[in-house]
Amino acid sequence: MRVSQIGILRFPGTNCDRDVFGAIESLGLKPEWLWYEDRFEPSKYSAFVLPGGFSYGDYLRCGALAARSPVMDSLREAANKGYPILGICNGFQILCESGLLPGALVRNASQRFVDKWVSVRIDGSTTWLSKSDFKDTLKLPVAHGEGRYYVEADVEKELRANDQVWCTYLDNPNGSIGDIAGVMNKTKNVAALMPHPERAFHSWLGGEDGVKLIKPMVGL
Amino acid sequence: MKFGVKILPRNEVLDSQGRAVEKTLKQHGFEIDHCRVGRYVQIEVPDSEMKSATDKVKKITEFVLFNPLIESVEIEQLEK
Repeated sequence: MRVSQIGILRFPGTNCDRDVFGAIESLGLKPEWLWYEDRFEPSKYSAFVLPGGFSYGDYLRCGALAARSPVMDSLREAANKGYPILGICNGFQILCESGLLPGALVRNASQRFVDKWVSVRIDGSTTWLSKSDFKDTLKLPVAHGEGRYYVEADVEKELRANDQVWCTYLDNPNGSIGDIAGVMNKTKNVAALMPHPERAFHSWLGGEDGVKLIKPMVGL
Repeated sequence: MKFGVKILPRNEVLDSQGRAVEKTLKQHGFEIDHCRVGRYVQIEVPDSEMKSATDKVKKITEFVLFNPLIESVEIEQLEK
């Protein structure tokens, strides 16, 4: 699927928004801001990204308050209509809190904020991953204190049976159940991961594997 | 009316904060079996009827205060 106009959601405390904006722009696509207090018309866009950060200062639970802000009503509408949606880090937490993705992200097992490069295995197809055979091992940075993915054991089985686990840590940095780094919804148009592909877009940033991940997602 | 909402991580979920506090307490010689760390939310509502007040607080709690996948919750009345 080819996407061009991409809506980037901004909440108070989102701080990876400009990185995502720049990454998308560098691929020749048109990013546009979507403010958390405003609703939007999904048909004006071809895809949406929820960037990382600390929306609402991580108050109550990471992503809990952002998940209940007005912009999410429109995003839920977009998700139901099948638009591709990608959540990164705090965006993943927001999607879980909003119920658009299963599970929750809780405090890292180590109790520490982890900030390092990790290897992840990408496997599976979403509307985003246009090539259904997209499989690769990528080096991407993680930076989170609450990235330990949790679902009940029977739900994890279900996710695996439905091919909803699309991103897996080779060296689990946070204690996530089943080394899960990213999941998608049943209809496979909503996907999210804890690592930051937008921080791996240039060799001078430490790696370019983020481009490898995002390019097939947008049909390039 | 004033209510308190007690939120604790569910037993099945590894409570890393509780584990850290437990470890420190044990290091200092306190004999304890277990420690869990959660949060406490106080809510005051203008309702004078008990039923409408408790219904409202329950609704608020389910709307955002706790995540049933990872947390358990208990509501208590504090003041009339």
